[in-house]
Amino acid sequence: MTETETRAIFLEELNRVAPDIDPATVRDTDHLQDDLDLDSMDILNLVTALHARLGVSIPESDYKEIETPRKASGYLARRLREPE
Amino acid sequence: MEAGTLVEWLVNPGDTVARGDVVAVVETQKGAIEIEVFEAGTVTELLAEIGQTLPVGAPMARIGDGEETGAEPKPPEEETRPAPKERSAPAPPAEAEAPSEKPAQPRQEPPASAAGASPAARRAAQEAGIDLVQVKGSGPQGAIVLADVEAQMGQATPTSRPAGEGLSDMRQAVAAAMSRSKREIPHFYVSHTVETQPVSEWLAQQNAERPPAERILLGAVFVKAAAMAARQVAALNGHFTEGGFVPSETVNIGMVISLRGGGLVAPALADVDKMSLSDVMAGLRDMVTRARSGRLRGSELTRGTLTVSSLGEDGAEDMTGVIFPPQVALLAVGAPQIRPWVTGAGVEPRQVTTLVLSADHRVCDGRQASRFLVAIQDCLARPEEL
Repeated sequence: MTETETRAIFLEELNRVAPDIDPATVRDTDHLQDDLDLDSMDILNLVTALHARLGVSIPESDYKEIETPRKASGYLARRLREPE
Repeated sequence: MEAGTLVEWLVNPGDTVARGDVVAVVETQKGAIEIEVFEAGTVTELLAEIGQTLPVGAPMARIGDGEETGAEPKPPEEETRPAPKERSAPAPPAEAEAPSEKPAQPRQEPPASAAGASPAARRAAQEAGIDLVQVKGSGPQGAIVLADVEAQMGQATPTSRPAGEGLSDMRQAVAAAMSRSKREIPHFYVSHTVETQPVSEWLAQQNAERPPAERILLGAVFVKAAAMAARQVAALNGHFTEGGFVPSETVNIGMVISLRGGGLVAPALADVDKMSLSDVMAGLRDMVTRARSGRLRGSELTRGTLTVSSLGEDGAEDMTGVIFPPQVALLAVGAPQIRPWVTGAGVEPRQVTTLVLSADHRVCDGRQASRFLVAIQDCLARPEEL
């Protein structure tokens, strides 16, 4: 899966967790907590949704790796390439 | 909350309902609320129509047990839940507003000409300095309801209502509850900073082994610990009513949830002291999701016996909260911070969290508040027992 695809999936799930966030207006460098105002419950819901959708279980120690759409799309694409 | 507008019936005449079933959805100041039925039986008649705005406590439907009860729907009484014998599904619960209608403090009564005004309308008028004589009532028999006073306020001080009308309503609901709290409750505050490094480490270890759907947030640990502490300090767990403080048998922890787009709600989980930590987390997660999608149940907004307000896992160190009436205590949990901490003979950087308890001095004193905070500290020191 390419980073463009993981980015689209990330933004789609983000929009599901926080429906007021329009994926079209999110910048690649927007920080989930500082810029988009997600709280710890939102982040957990997002991580849960990504796990269900992509099969990638993001450990808490990696939450920093998904703190912006840019970082997240790279991280998810990398994790998907990893052998199980 | 003064009234609600019926937006959806989820039952039809002839349907059988059990106690606790959700029968309708009502739009209120605090968003859509699911209305539960407090009776079991068969729906014989729907009294309220879609789109109709009903005062709190108005009968919405008639429920029979097979025999016709023939009960006349009573004219809606302000903020009064129908007695069970009416066998009707109540309009949205009066929420925390009810006991304020007869405050302990004597208050200057409005002029007799304004007799047909709801207590909330009177209160709002009094606060805004509006003479009720000038207000035209739109309620039953021309009674003045809150909306009428607000309309008058709108005329007196033209305010541009924001595009999201719900937001403004929400702010009004928060403002009304908090103003009342600060007016009526003699708050006092006790704070305590506790080391939360061990509990955070324990949680990280637990979560490392769990899939995301089963992970637990530190916030759930505080809610559970607060429930255990409330079990020990009964003077902080309950409601202050006209007759004084009524301690609650159950520990229902209200959780302040900030809504994206603004505003707060504080629905409560029931019997938190008896739940496992995983169940508390699952309950909170479900409640937050429903709060944000606007599908809370009426009972969830009224059953709280003590509220926890948390600043989250990042942010400011401490907060001094306002009690949510008719409750008598609110625990504000600051965001954990790394601070120098004395451990044994040395000082080390450790994660600490500041707890501030706001309590009602009519009901308890610093001693109980202190005991409560120390009880939480003890719970947090032994997270595996939570």
